[in-house]
Amino acid sequence: MKNIIRIENLIFEYSHLEEEPAIRAVDNVSLNIETGSFTAIIGKNGSGKSTLAKNLNGLLLPSGGTVYVKQWDTRDDAHIWDVRQTAGMVFQNPDNQLVSSIVEDDVAFGPENLGIEPKEIRERVDKALADVNMGKYKKKAPHLLSGGQKQRIAIAGVVAMKPECIIFDEPTAMLDPKGREEIMSIIDELHREGITVVLITHFMEEAVRADRIIIMDDAKVLLDGTPEEVFAQEETLREANLEIPMAASLAHKLRKRGIKVPEDVITVERLVEFVCQYK
Amino acid sequence: MIRDITLGQYYAGESLIHRLDPRVKIIATLLFIVELFIVNNFIGFAVCAAALAVYVKVSKVPLSFILRGLKPILLIIIFTFCLNIFMIDGRIIWQLGFLKITVEGLLTAVFMGIRLVLLIIGSSLLTLTTKPISLTDGIERLLGPLARIGVPTHEIAMMMSIALRFIPTLLEETDKIMKAQQARGADFESGNLLARAKSLIPILVPLFVSAFRIAQDLAMAMEARCYRGGKGRTRMHEMRFRGNDYAALMILVLFLGVTIFMRMQLPSVL
Repeated sequence: MKNIIRIENLIFEYSHLEEEPAIRAVDNVSLNIETGSFTAIIGKNGSGKSTLAKNLNGLLLPSGGTVYVKQWDTRDDAHIWDVRQTAGMVFQNPDNQLVSSIVEDDVAFGPENLGIEPKEIRERVDKALADVNMGKYKKKAPHLLSGGQKQRIAIAGVVAMKPECIIFDEPTAMLDPKGREEIMSIIDELHREGITVVLITHFMEEAVRADRIIIMDDAKVLLDGTPEEVFAQEETLREANLEIPMAASLAHKLRKRGIKVPEDVITVERLVEFVCQYK
Repeated sequence: MIRDITLGQYYAGESLIHRLDPRVKIIATLLFIVELFIVNNFIGFAVCAAALAVYVKVSKVPLSFILRGLKPILLIIIFTFCLNIFMIDGRIIWQLGFLKITVEGLLTAVFMGIRLVLLIIGSSLLTLTTKPISLTDGIERLLGPLARIGVPTHEIAMMMSIALRFIPTLLEETDKIMKAQQARGADFESGNLLARAKSLIPILVPLFVSAFRIAQDLAMAMEARCYRGGKGRTRMHEMRFRGNDYAALMILVLFLGVTIFMRMQLPSVL
């Protein structure tokens, strides 16, 4: 499969003050994101995961190394808008990313920026709002909606731009459990429809849905693999102060006691299934 | 406190007025304001009020909703009313110490009061029946010709629409900060005016900080959605004058004629 995003030796540094030494938020990271994949990037606060995400669509530009989105270098001014249209982004705070006072106008904001014909914008907006189950709210004011609903609008705003890849930067961090569940099922749905998903999160339970997990720690990639592979490294994870999902942790403990739990038992559903069939 | 302000608050609807081109409504509002100043007698006001009543009726915005918008401005109306009633010299009809009411004063006070109320209702109807975003769109297009001489019309319109969008967000933020300060013993209600004004400082500072943070987040979100100024941007809502809009423009011109005629033919109150 082709890679939609290629990161080669990415370094990102920033400094608050001239005289202070620069802080390295991303330190020599090389990664490829496969087209159509679902990748979760997990890390603690300050691990560089959010900075990495903002480097993926040219919101931040590398201090060293290169990021390619399809064939475009994110530092190439001529293609920056192609980059951002290909790799859309949903942010953490649902309030601060909505531009308009009317839901449907907000969803139209992206396509309008792309210079799309009014008739097609209309179609895309209606389709995007239907995709996130917010069709009946299209004339409402965003500030009257719940956090989860606002975040769904933000997702619709990105979907209406027809991106091939969506980067979710901690989209559920400010939501209640119900809103979190809604957003996660929409992300799953988008992935099924063929959109490449990069999910930045610090919830392990959310990362379990991905087909690849990258653990960031101290500006570097600590682990990279399928959820099964990553959660098998319990000691490494514990050293990095990261909690593994309850089901995976329990499976791990059972294994230590000599019960042969398959490696792919990492969700509660799978664990229940295993325990019920265990003889 | 947050829900009280109707100014800049849109009342969702599908009435004839709602569907008019925003440019027509902006012109109508400006003309109405001018007309209120052209009118110089009570019959003229009665005609204006009747026209406004028809406008409200057609717009289907509930009257209670409009009147709620008047509440915050009530104080200003009462203040001007009192100022006029007591400060104008003329034939005295009532006197108590240095306070006196004159015929002229009474007439002016009532006259100005009516003018203010009509003015506020008229202009709040613009924001009540027009989505903020189409309002700013309308302003952008009306100012369009100025773009050629270098006026950043798109940027001005964008700033206005973002300001409108974030009024509720910032109000919520203020509420949150106030509650947080009150929880730690801050007192905003007691003391004289100066003390109360001073107690607002600890609110304003964090509010400014969070406004800047919001602005930064928003700028990044807009960039991520390919915002690059007005150039090459299309609109979902195309603006085109339709039959209704032409009809409305005709009525406006007609009404302007009526007010000018009334001013010329009817005696002035003042």
